[in-house]
Amino acid sequence: MRYKIAGIVIVAVALVVIVGRVAIRADEFTDEDLKRWEAEYMSVVETGRQLWGSGDLGTNGVACGQCHPNAADTHPETYPKFQQQLGRVVTLGEMFNWCLMNPLEGEPLALDDPRMVALLAYATYERRGVPLAPGSH
Amino acid sequence: MSSQTRRDFLKTAGAIAAASCLPITTVELAFADTRKNFTFAHISDAHIQQIKGTEFVRNWDRGLIRAVAEANLLEPKPDFVVFGGDLAQLGKKSELDHGAEMLSKLNYKTHCVLGEHDYYLDLGEYWSKLFGDHYYSWDHKGVHFVVLNSILTYDDWTYERWPSAEQRMLEMAGLDNPNGSPFMVGSKQREWLAKDLKKVKKDTPVIVFSHSPIQKIYKGWNFWTEDAEEVQALLKPFDDVTVIYGHVHQIQYNQIGNISFNAVMATAWPWPYPESYAHADVNWPKMTVPMNRANPFFERDATGWQRIDLAGGRADLRYNLFDNTNRTVAYNHDTGRPEDKAFQKKADRVPPQTRY
Repeated sequence: MRYKIAGIVIVAVALVVIVGRVAIRADEFTDEDLKRWEAEYMSVVETGRQLWGSGDLGTNGVACGQCHPNAADTHPETYPKFQQQLGRVVTLGEMFNWCLMNPLEGEPLALDDPRMVALLAYATYERRGVPLAPGSH
Repeated sequence: MSSQTRRDFLKTAGAIAAASCLPITTVELAFADTRKNFTFAHISDAHIQQIKGTEFVRNWDRGLIRAVAEANLLEPKPDFVVFGGDLAQLGKKSELDHGAEMLSKLNYKTHCVLGEHDYYLDLGEYWSKLFGDHYYSWDHKGVHFVVLNSILTYDDWTYERWPSAEQRMLEMAGLDNPNGSPFMVGSKQREWLAKDLKKVKKDTPVIVFSHSPIQKIYKGWNFWTEDAEEVQALLKPFDDVTVIYGHVHQIQYNQIGNISFNAVMATAWPWPYPESYAHADVNWPKMTVPMNRANPFFERDATGWQRIDLAGGRADLRYNLFDNTNRTVAYNHDTGRPEDKAFQKKADRVPPQTRY
């Protein structure tokens, strides 16, 4: 067993040495990387913005933005927090699902559904710059 | 209606009283004939939204149905009702018809204001068939009432920019849509208003109903009227002016010179205060004590309608909040501005009124 582990470590170290020569080091990224990552993020924010104004998330044509223009009064900085009506501490995504099921009369999304991720990205982006206030009401 | 106003009468009556030492009560009884205090109701922003065919969003329907039912129970009876605009969500005939049918259940004469959601599909054509002129005025018990269409915008945006009427409606329906355009009354209507007000004595109370605030609060959500200052200038010569507006779905009040501003609730859904959008550039009327933060688990919370008492030429708004404690915002003749009867002092406010 001990030999096996030692063998894996040797192989791994060898791989790092070999691959490391051709790949970027772990702690280095370029301005281009930063731009690309931001563009990736902003494209999801943009998808979220579209979904926020869309009547297609639920069944009755109601959109998130009808009650929450610019995702205001969603308070992403306060989640996870105790939601007295649900009786437990929930994430913002769970509150979004409550809205999808009730005012929008639709089905909840999986919390890792790309549409849910986009909605969260958009609402959080609109709240950028506001200090975190977890649990606050 | 007598053309003699309360102020004139007070002057005359005061002179008579001084001369003859009549008891004050006689004076009050005497002018009670020329200007009666009265009540009207104000319902706004129903946003009746068609899903398809005969299906409409149940939540918004219930708000308007409830407001109409409650207004019909008012005692003493209101002299009339004002509907403050946005009867429909996307200006469709089906939505306006469905909303008009609900409003027709009111037991009182109803004056309607045009909202952007009623207008930008067919530019108010079908709305006019149901409710009449887009702007007009009338006199009632010594008060001059004016309805303005304050949701017009630049001709270029209205007539040139969009490939279809449906898209134009959708673009204006999104409150936070950067493709939107600022509301305005426009020069044609301002000329009409100037003419209309010419025949009104300066001490006659004037009450203006508009959909958007005739003041500039936050442009991004059209809590704003582009030519607000020009309209305010026309109202400036009058002693007592009150502007009552919809659109904002929340309690707001303000005082600019002689003009009191009061916003009304929606029956459909509440809106956040502009300050709660972290990137908004807001001219907030600081005297406003915000409504409680809505609890979404109560469908009708932070929605409602208003009973408005006209007393001494100024409007006292009683907010009938379906799922919350009622609020009263009344003109305080000592401070010369509208104030909340219970919560105006900071020490009297409750935690849900803190908005962030």
